[in-house]
Amino acid sequence: MNSIYSQLLHLAMPQVIVVATALLVMAVDLLFLKQSATRTRFAVAATLASLGCLAAIARIVTTCGSASIFNGMLIANPLTHLVQVALLVLTIFTLLLSVNSTFTEHVGEFVLLLLVATAGMMFLVGTQDLLVIFISLELLSLSAYILAAFNKRSLQSWEAALKYFLFGGMSAAFLLFGFSLLYGLSNSTGFAHIASVPALNPLLVIAIVTTAIGLGFKVAAAPFHFWAPDVYQGAPAPSAAFIASGSKVASFFIFFQLMALRFAGAEGSAALPHFVRGWVPVVALMAVASMLLGNLVALRQTGLRRLLAYSAIAHAGYMLLAIVGHTQQSLAALLYYVITYALGTIGAFAVISVVEDQRGSDQLSNFDGLGKQAPALSFGLAIFILSLAGIPPLAGFFAKFFLFVTLLQSSAPAGIVWLVVLAIAMSAVSLYYYLRVLKRVYVAPVPAGAAEIKSPLLSQAIVLILAGSVILFGAAPHLLLRWIEAAITASGS
Amino acid sequence: MLTLLTLLPVLGALVVLVAGKNLARATAFVFSFAALALTLVLWFHFDRGSGALQFVETRPWIQLTQLNVDYHVGVDGLGLLMLLLSAIVVPIGMAASSQIQQRVPLYYALILLFQACLFGTFIAQNFFLFFLFWELSLIPAFFLIKLWGGPRATRAATQFLVYTMVGSVAMLLSFLAIFLTTHTFDFAQLAALAQNNQLMPLVLGNLAGHRFTPHHIALLLFAGAFLGFAVKVPLFPFHTWLPAAYSEAPTGITILLTGAMSKMGVYGFLRILLPIFYPQMQQVLTPLLWLAAATIVFSAYAALAQKDLKRIFAYSSINHLGYCLLAIFAVVKFTGADAGLTAEKSAALNGVFLQMFNHGLTAATLFWFVALLEKRSGGLRGLNDFGGLRKVAPVFTGLMGIAIFSSLGLPGLNGFIGEFLIFKGTFPLTCWATSLAVLGLLATALFFLTVLQRVFSGPLNPKWATFPDLTTGERLTLIPAIALMFALGLCPQLVLGVVNNTVIQMVQHLRF
Amino acid sequence: MLAWTIYISFLGAAAMFLLPKGSTAVARILALLTAAAGFAIALSAFVHHRTGEMLTVTDATWIPSLGIRYHLAADGISLSLILLTGIIAITGILFSWNIEDRTKEFFAFYLLLIGAVYGVFLSYDLFLLFVFYEIVIIPKYFLIAIWGSTRREYGAMKLAIYSFVGSAMVLVGLIAAYVVAGSHTMSLGGLAGYPFSPHFQMLAFPLVFVGFAILAGLWPFHTWAPTGHVAAPTAASMLLAGVVMKLGAYGCLRVAMTLFPLGLAPWSHHILGLGSWRDVFALLAVVGIIYGALVALVQKDFKFVIGYSSVSHMGFILLGLMTLNQIGLSGAVVQMFSHGILAGLLFAVVGRMVYARTHTRELSALGPMGLNHTIPFAAVTFVIAGMASMGLPGFSGFVAELMIVIGAWHAFPALALCVGFGILIGVVYVWRAMQKAFFSESRSAALPPGHPLPPITIPEKLGAIILIATSVLIGIYPQVLLNIIVPALNGPLFSGIRTGSWQ
Repeated sequence: MNSIYSQLLHLAMPQVIVVATALLVMAVDLLFLKQSATRTRFAVAATLASLGCLAAIARIVTTCGSASIFNGMLIANPLTHLVQVALLVLTIFTLLLSVNSTFTEHVGEFVLLLLVATAGMMFLVGTQDLLVIFISLELLSLSAYILAAFNKRSLQSWEAALKYFLFGGMSAAFLLFGFSLLYGLSNSTGFAHIASVPALNPLLVIAIVTTAIGLGFKVAAAPFHFWAPDVYQGAPAPSAAFIASGSKVASFFIFFQLMALRFAGAEGSAALPHFVRGWVPVVALMAVASMLLGNLVALRQTGLRRLLAYSAIAHAGYMLLAIVGHTQQSLAALLYYVITYALGTIGAFAVISVVEDQRGSDQLSNFDGLGKQAPALSFGLAIFILSLAGIPPLAGFFAKFFLFVTLLQSSAPAGIVWLVVLAIAMSAVSLYYYLRVLKRVYVAPVPAGAAEIKSPLLSQAIVLILAGSVILFGAAPHLLLRWIEAAITASGS
Repeated sequence: MLTLLTLLPVLGALVVLVAGKNLARATAFVFSFAALALTLVLWFHFDRGSGALQFVETRPWIQLTQLNVDYHVGVDGLGLLMLLLSAIVVPIGMAASSQIQQRVPLYYALILLFQACLFGTFIAQNFFLFFLFWELSLIPAFFLIKLWGGPRATRAATQFLVYTMVGSVAMLLSFLAIFLTTHTFDFAQLAALAQNNQLMPLVLGNLAGHRFTPHHIALLLFAGAFLGFAVKVPLFPFHTWLPAAYSEAPTGITILLTGAMSKMGVYGFLRILLPIFYPQMQQVLTPLLWLAAATIVFSAYAALAQKDLKRIFAYSSINHLGYCLLAIFAVVKFTGADAGLTAEKSAALNGVFLQMFNHGLTAATLFWFVALLEKRSGGLRGLNDFGGLRKVAPVFTGLMGIAIFSSLGLPGLNGFIGEFLIFKGTFPLTCWATSLAVLGLLATALFFLTVLQRVFSGPLNPKWATFPDLTTGERLTLIPAIALMFALGLCPQLVLGVVNNTVIQMVQHLRF
Repeated sequence: MLAWTIYISFLGAAAMFLLPKGSTAVARILALLTAAAGFAIALSAFVHHRTGEMLTVTDATWIPSLGIRYHLAADGISLSLILLTGIIAITGILFSWNIEDRTKEFFAFYLLLIGAVYGVFLSYDLFLLFVFYEIVIIPKYFLIAIWGSTRREYGAMKLAIYSFVGSAMVLVGLIAAYVVAGSHTMSLGGLAGYPFSPHFQMLAFPLVFVGFAILAGLWPFHTWAPTGHVAAPTAASMLLAGVVMKLGAYGCLRVAMTLFPLGLAPWSHHILGLGSWRDVFALLAVVGIIYGALVALVQKDFKFVIGYSSVSHMGFILLGLMTLNQIGLSGAVVQMFSHGILAGLLFAVVGRMVYARTHTRELSALGPMGLNHTIPFAAVTFVIAGMASMGLPGFSGFVAELMIVIGAWHAFPALALCVGFGILIGVVYVWRAMQKAFFSESRSAALPPGHPLPPITIPEKLGAIILIATSVLIGIYPQVLLNIIVPALNGPLFSGIRTGSWQ
């Protein structure tokens, strides 16, 4: 018994560090800093939390080798390590982003929830068991619902959180239902056993569909995306950044693993003349719906947050294509895409939070002339937006390129090329609304009587670092790619 | 040497542009005299005993497998004669331009550029190079007419341009068609092919399969090339641009147009059409002769009806060049081994060369006088605006009279020799056309004498009581031209000596 | 060494962005020096080029997982176009000497654009080529949207979207080629050597060709060009019409025709009289020539005349490419160079010399201003540029168009005649514009004589002289370019075109 628990502790040490840090932050904040200014509280909390995350990263990086306990309930291999490190880095940036926030006085709780959600994500990626997946997912989601609602003074925040919660609850129910069917079919909750279920048992079909629904909700893929615009719009900036970045990374990773590993025999094919039933066509359809809906509705948006939300839906569509490909190369492409996407998104939210604080809202008209008033922030925003549009030499371009290449390499290209063509076509459409944002920032003159924008130094620093990373990973993708590929090969998954 | 000659006016144009308003005229004169000097050097170094090309320069230029063109220039007697004519006419044109006050540097620069194009046309030995200079010459000519001309200059200039362009395009198309089948632009090579009766079969062989018969295609190609030159000379009925252009242009430019540019057309007939297309010319000989006769006669009678001095002399230009064309067409009539007519053909062609040179000189001088008249009368140049000038300006009358009589063809002056030789040559070749042409002679005499009478004789128009005679400066500048008229009239060997061998070469070479 | 053309331009752009506000004069000088340095490098490479070889400039590992390398190389064709870019860069900056608003940003975007264009011409790895090709889009957008004139935001967006759609098509083709070849390389030589199946080539070729040809202004995808070029500020129009459109044509030649030559082979049956993609694109090219010329003929706005004339001239290039014989292809490359120079010159006159002074581009309004008296240098320059543009012998346009017509005659005799017709219309519309704008007879009393237009400045004169001299040089001695272009066309990359079934 002891040895098992010590093994568990050993394996879960990074998560333990994170949770411990969360409690520590909460304690420090409530005990010592109740009277201080919000900004100081946030600064202290964020610093402590970041240090905790860095400790967790250090712990992960110094652990080598693979391990697995309880039949895959908790696993650790280079791949999961990589994803966990990425998640922790994203959390650090989110924490730094929250330093200048003014939307709440409950600093300790906020940071605690962030860290707890992070721990949930770390568990999520480090498991191959259905139950643990569900628990971690719920841990993540519940924390996220509350994070979304944190701005008590904003009606939009409440509405966003409520929608998120209701949708989330529904999809969790679907997910659990599917899991229970799978358990029923295979008498186990571990991946290895489930994979041996004969293909296309009708119950299996239902399980596939419900799993897709549950996870599709999490990644904001159409037609399960309805929460996304409101949450992006209403949640406070750090929460939205968190939901848009880290949560996506974890969810996509586990989506891929679930589908590729667990439903290994039941793929089917989305190649056009030879459509074979299976989960691949289902995911392909979700991808198509996301790409179409996300891009076309984004054309009409007038607020940057909602625009980012619909663009997130569109990008979820592209990333789902990696799942359609379901090869090792596709996983590498997916990870590269989602990590660089997350970095860019946090940066974008950093800029949005500054503009919102000083101009009142995220309406595009408030960004007019930003290029003159806040050059560093505008430069960052331009980089993030162009990366989202897929302009080389930024990370977004290479991500898309690599993804398409791996997709076509996954099976006979002739059948599947329609997906690539659609994706590229939708990218072309997206350039229009992305350029419109940049037009506001750089072309439009500063509105008469507009207040000066004072960009906080921390925000500028975050934005510039993130922009630099987007440029770096775009121009020299191998820097990131070799870790990802090494991790995947080493994990043999 | 020839390239240097062509580049000299270009350099001059650039220098004139930066010389500024006050120095432009003088600088331009310097360069044009330099060109004249260089041409005279060439003239005296020319080997009169040979009729072949001399001062030849050949350099590879465009080297593609499907487009191989060399930079090939050279002159024979004809080319050299034309170079000398151009070199003489341009300073005369500049001398007559003393009235130009606006944008003076541009004016003289354009004249020098025009001179360069003239030189280039006369020395080019393949169609590519020839066409390049031919087309380039249109631009300075157009602007010279339009920007400094009379009230309806734009219209005249545009008409001139459009006519000439259409002709050039037709010419280009014909030569392109020939090039695409024979892969050469070179005049000598094409002439050799034509001589051996290989040209047309080669061309037609490649263009076969179309709805027209070979006979028609050959004629079509000829028509294209013919059109280009016929517009330039001009030949009736393509002459309608000329009177307007000549009268609207500033008189200095009219000198260039009539003295040199029209010769480009005749030169083209001699250098290009005659050697290459003579079978086709033979086939349509009768209509051509009619056209030449019509040119001579109609223009002369039209001149009679004019009231503007410039228009009169313009029509007289058409008339004089009509004789050249008559001779050229007549020469084609008999080809092959008819050795008996060689003398006639040589005479005709010698006459053409002489006529070109003499007419150039004489017409230039005539228009120069018109310019002097305009200067003194404040722009008037109508036939009836003057009267009795002989009383107040006897020297003027005398010198202009000489020029007029030369143009009329009075023996002893240069105009006579050319016409005489032409008639001597063509009468045996085509009686009827020559006879018709005599009618033109009559009318020519009539209108020239009318000019003399209305302008110089008769009662003195009181307006001109203070009409100044020629100044010393003007006399000094006019004397060389007048002297040359006498010299050539009394001793045509000065020119014939140089060109005769070329003529013989042409006649023999083309087995006329 | 050639790679430094790219790096210097990018460094110049970065330096420009970091200059303090208000340093207008410094920005101009810095931009000019940067462009001149780039041109000097290009010229020295041009002079030292040993004909016929593909000179590798840089070759480094970049993304090993995909076999993508950072591989720059140049042959005769690339060098001619790089030289063109250098010349237009310098003259564009000279003609932008008067920009006062956000000057350093203007030159920064300009240098960024130049650097990316150099990159496209130098790239040997197709991924790298695509990266540079896409980078071109963003500075283009900003140059037009911020400093442009008529409907600039619309024009800029249209231009960006069309370009992006074109490059999207190219991307699909490139990815497909990479995956199908499976040889883990994106290098031009590697992919060109792979024997793609005829069926694949028959589909991939039109996709990639049209993708590039959109940027080259192939009819009917050309509509972005007049709008965009008219909206753009002068230097941007010069660069866009002069060089960026050539990127598209270059892509057609370098990528589409090299990788998928079998796509040009005859089909097994005829559709509407057309028997192969070659026929289709040749026909579209000729339609573009004539359509562009006809529409230019009826324009009321001076700049639109030039914009449509660009569409017409690009048609020549595309036709030359489709002739698939040596003279047509060389003619197309010479026309790329020649039209680049001439378009630059024409836009410079219309935009900088005329519009910046008169603030109107309506031909009917310009006529009464008597421009040939007030700004005679502009009139003379336009006359020369117009003559060159119509194909007057002695200038570069004549040689290029002659070569293309001869090539077209060998390949499509009927179309060659149509081209002749197009040339004639070309003469007419240039004449009309010149007449109406500079030499109109009408004089209006509205222009007070005491309001002279500012005289033509030294930078403008210098720029015009450079461009005219280049055109005359190529017109008189085209062998300068042909000496390096023809051996490049005889190189191994183009063997697929040379040995195709159409010879």
